[in-house]
Amino acid sequence: MQANNALNYDYSVAKCFTYATILFGIIGMLIGVVIAYQLAFPELNYLAGEYGTYSRLRPLHTSGVIFGFLLSGIFATWYYVGQRVLKVSMAESPFLMILGRVHFWLYMILMIIAVVTLFLGIGTSKEYAELEWPLDIAVVVVWVIWGLSIFGLIGIRREKTLYISMWYYIATFLGVAMLYLFNNMEVPTYFVSGYGKWYHSVSMYAGTNDAMVQWWYGHNAVAFVFTVPIIAMIYYFLPKESGQPVFSYKLSLLSFWGLMFVYLWAGGHHLLYSTVPDWVQTMGSIFSIILILPSWGSAINMLLTMKGQWGQLKSNPLVKFMVLASTFYMLSTLEGPIQAIKSVNALAHFTDWIPGHVHDGTLGWVGFMTMAALFHMAPRMYKRELYSKKLMESQFWIQTTGIVMYFSSMWIAGITQGMMWRATDQYGNLAYSFIDTVTVLIPYYALRATGGLLYLIGFFMFTYNMYKTMTASKAIASEPQNASPMAA
Amino acid sequence: MDMETIRELQAYGYIFFTIFLAVILYSYLYHLYRSEKSGERNFEKYADMALRDDVTDAPIEPMSPLNKAKD
Repeated sequence: MQANNALNYDYSVAKCFTYATILFGIIGMLIGVVIAYQLAFPELNYLAGEYGTYSRLRPLHTSGVIFGFLLSGIFATWYYVGQRVLKVSMAESPFLMILGRVHFWLYMILMIIAVVTLFLGIGTSKEYAELEWPLDIAVVVVWVIWGLSIFGLIGIRREKTLYISMWYYIATFLGVAMLYLFNNMEVPTYFVSGYGKWYHSVSMYAGTNDAMVQWWYGHNAVAFVFTVPIIAMIYYFLPKESGQPVFSYKLSLLSFWGLMFVYLWAGGHHLLYSTVPDWVQTMGSIFSIILILPSWGSAINMLLTMKGQWGQLKSNPLVKFMVLASTFYMLSTLEGPIQAIKSVNALAHFTDWIPGHVHDGTLGWVGFMTMAALFHMAPRMYKRELYSKKLMESQFWIQTTGIVMYFSSMWIAGITQGMMWRATDQYGNLAYSFIDTVTVLIPYYALRATGGLLYLIGFFMFTYNMYKTMTASKAIASEPQNASPMAA
Repeated sequence: MDMETIRELQAYGYIFFTIFLAVILYSYLYHLYRSEKSGERNFEKYADMALRDDVTDAPIEPMSPLNKAKD
């Protein structure tokens, strides 16, 4: 291990995952826009036979953005941030280099098979856990390789203390490992009973127990894929881009442990007013409200990091992306707990307010932070300045408008829907039938889909900007310390 | 055991557990501030790990002398 001038960080694996992030971002978001328009204009369901129906495409959208776009983004930033905060280059270990490449290619093969099987309608019907058992085993292999890569790099580090982002990456690894294993315990029907195809399976849990495990998984997938690794990103990229140290490192530690403890108990709020035990529902509800504290602890820490430096919002669009991401994190971590209050949930459950909530978190917080991270990494990885600041500014406003259209239309739609479902006449009969609510909601669905389309257009602008940065932008002589260089 | 006893035990368990966790949380907070005040550890300097992250930058807190010797 020689630390001389010739030693550089090796970004080859980070670059591969950057391309994957962009590719799956386009696929996942495009399908998202298509299915959003299908809700507004149902004829669009029949464009491609069985392969184009809402039910076939919806798991492709969710899996595409969660396990394609976002996981790739997490891996890309890990292979970038990990080396830097541990002050060790992957190039120093041929084993870690091979491992990184194997990680990427296995992941890509797995994702391609996953996309094909979901298009074919092969799945377990468990939300966000649709992959059948052979693919689940492959997921475990990919995950273990990532773990070896994390702990391998930690093993050869120069920096003794692990930076807070590292804590969050490790938590992502451990959290998802635990959740995925337990929720995907399944019985391959062909091998046990001779029924079904060899790749078919049913959950090992039945009825209410299955629901509880599923939503313990489902909600913590939000925790350990949508929240924890994104906090890992913001704790590195915002200070680095702005040149400001984290406002309070102690607060970051306290928030970390708070989040780790509280999040795992909140999943029961998905099952309010269902057949699960009442205490599980109450616990889910209470822990969701407590969750505001550690969530806001991190978000406020990030905003305070910009104390005295708010001028950077004007001069640096990347800081703007990250500050808005943090703000959306605050919004969605306040909105979620409100929805988990039993009396509010009585209105909100099963309505469009829920996907509205999910999307202000995913589009505003997750999407913005991931794109900002890749923008920050690009000049350092490709030794070129960012291609266009103007394009970035336009992307920011187009996507922000898209997000606002998305969540505001879903708020109105959801509350309208909830109120109509509950409305009764003077004799206690339901005032509306289900189709009445559908008719009323159509304009909001059109608005939502258009909001999603704006976000997708912004993502294409991001893709173009990244592509031009990689291929045609002006070369930079030395690595920028803080603010990323960008052409006007 | 009858239902009422179970409920009572649940309630005691719940309150003790809540108090226990609150104590843990505040103890951790106290530990963070105390070790900084006594000069044992400066947590805030770790924030520099994100800012001084070039491969040639000196580590904020280097590994053992064994590792240092390797550099």
